[in-house]
Amino acid sequence: MSEDSPILFGLYVPPHPQPLLSPDANSGYANLRAAFEKCRKRIEESDADLILVYSTTWPSVVGHQIQALKESIWTHVDDDFHYLGSMPYNFHIDTEFAHEYCSAAEKRGLHARTVEYEGFPIDTGSVVALSLLNPDNRIPACIVSSNMYANRSETIVLGKAANDALVSQGKKAVVVVVSSLSNRMFTEHIDPSEDRIHSSKDNEWNEKILEFFADGRLEDLSQLSREIHGQIRVQKVVAYKPAWWLAASMGQHNNYLGEVLAYEALHGSGGAVIQLTPSSGSFGDKEFDEDDVEYYQGDRNVLNKGNH
Amino acid sequence: MSKGEIVLGCLAPHPPHLVYAENPPQNEAFSEGGWETLRWGYAKLARKLKTIDYDAIVIFTPHWQTYIGTHFLGLPEFKSKSVDPVFPNLFRYNYDLKVDVELAEAMHEETAKAGIITKMMRNPDFRVDYGTITSCHLLNPSWDKPIVTISSNRNSHYYSNEVMIEQAKALGEACMRAIEKSGKKVVLVSSHSLSHRHFVTEAPLPEDMSREHIYNHSQYVWDMKIIDMFRQGQMQEVVDIMPEYTEQTIAETEAGGLIWMMAAMGVPSYPAEIYGYQSVIGTGNCIACWDPNTETRELVL
Repeated sequence: MSEDSPILFGLYVPPHPQPLLSPDANSGYANLRAAFEKCRKRIEESDADLILVYSTTWPSVVGHQIQALKESIWTHVDDDFHYLGSMPYNFHIDTEFAHEYCSAAEKRGLHARTVEYEGFPIDTGSVVALSLLNPDNRIPACIVSSNMYANRSETIVLGKAANDALVSQGKKAVVVVVSSLSNRMFTEHIDPSEDRIHSSKDNEWNEKILEFFADGRLEDLSQLSREIHGQIRVQKVVAYKPAWWLAASMGQHNNYLGEVLAYEALHGSGGAVIQLTPSSGSFGDKEFDEDDVEYYQGDRNVLNKGNH
Repeated sequence: MSKGEIVLGCLAPHPPHLVYAENPPQNEAFSEGGWETLRWGYAKLARKLKTIDYDAIVIFTPHWQTYIGTHFLGLPEFKSKSVDPVFPNLFRYNYDLKVDVELAEAMHEETAKAGIITKMMRNPDFRVDYGTITSCHLLNPSWDKPIVTISSNRNSHYYSNEVMIEQAKALGEACMRAIEKSGKKVVLVSSHSLSHRHFVTEAPLPEDMSREHIYNHSQYVWDMKIIDMFRQGQMQEVVDIMPEYTEQTIAETEAGGLIWMMAAMGVPSYPAEIYGYQSVIGTGNCIACWDPNTETRELVL
């Protein structure tokens, strides 16, 4: 790992509940489950103080929300896949880190707040990730939301604030992004044994993204995020943000060892378990044409200015 | 058995702020009030509802979002705590509600016959969404009627607003057939705001009404246009203009609730009763109802 990085490695994992609730329904789900298991062991063998999750299935509206309830206990049921079963959880949250992250985000101009409420509905993606990656709560966790209106600059700054908070507290972390690759699911119920990626186009784009990940080209993926959003993302939110947050938190470059541990269909969407570890080697030389940003300045009110 | 019927259709927005502002015993958060225009409007509509003979409330909610078909609550009781994932500081509501499973299953069956993908939700740990709870609490605070909750299939995301309209129409017509066969008197509720752009910051005191206003004038003008069409009974025109309206105002009509309700009611050509309009954290919210009974229909506002 890089000498000065507080992040030991990063993981990219899918949000769907099948690897947790029905891993035997399909060999692909079992592969994803095995990849989660491998990551769990690697986390256990690391000297991480914290698992920090950025979840695309936790949308926020009022700024950026950070889970801070020390003992987060509930039984979660997915809106679509409720018939697969319930997901009881008991997560140990690093409250001190949550508050530090909130403070770091505010220092960079973001509107952020912690949430500490019994019964708060932790999202499916976070529940799946933490249940599989940290089942015994060996390491405390923290979860940050994905603001539905936030775009690139806000997300980049949110990722940098995570790094700030880790440095400030002297903690080593494994960061986990919870997101599909292509996210178009089948709109009917399917036999799990017949699951496949929704379309050839989605599959081809997923394969291309996985090539980049395998080569450790995280900043290249970050720069490609707008294109990825247009090509293979159902337009639920304004942008595809996971690579922005991951690159901003881990370091905006291509110096990573990438490992694709599994890539499978999850009801048509692309689910991958990927590890990125900071390294000294670099691959890729895409020209980076999007500016970096350190501080969020807020909306520019372009529409209003156009009237004067 | 006599033919079932829809006795009222309500547009009932669900900002959790309104429950928060009421301070009911079920909600843990405490407020100093706020959003009175909407709350007083709701109170008046709730009084009207008390004068109507009905068996169940059927509610279409944007906050149970499903991508694989349309789902129906399918167990007789749900008791738990609903915490709003976006506004947990305002809404932590302990609910205890009854479901008309017979009616839900009848709707499920008719909907499936119409070629729509459907699913009954029978997991007892399922948490009922805060849209359902907010709208039902404000319309019927005594919770003395069973409900049926219908999820919102997100056709707008996967396809387009036009596809959403076609599927919501088919769903509404199927639900109407199920209601007619059931012999029950039913109140329909379409739970959503109109324009739906939020502010992304919140006042230190959320109920500080000096901070509350619509997100921008464009949203306001569009909302007024739609409400004027409600008043004129131009619901077919509302259906026709819906794709443009939804796109221009990021409206919560994208979930299909209003179209579903209008289709179930045969697309009314009579005036709606308007009970209030106000912004909540920048979004536009109108309380309205469509009363098919000419003897009880009134000009409210």
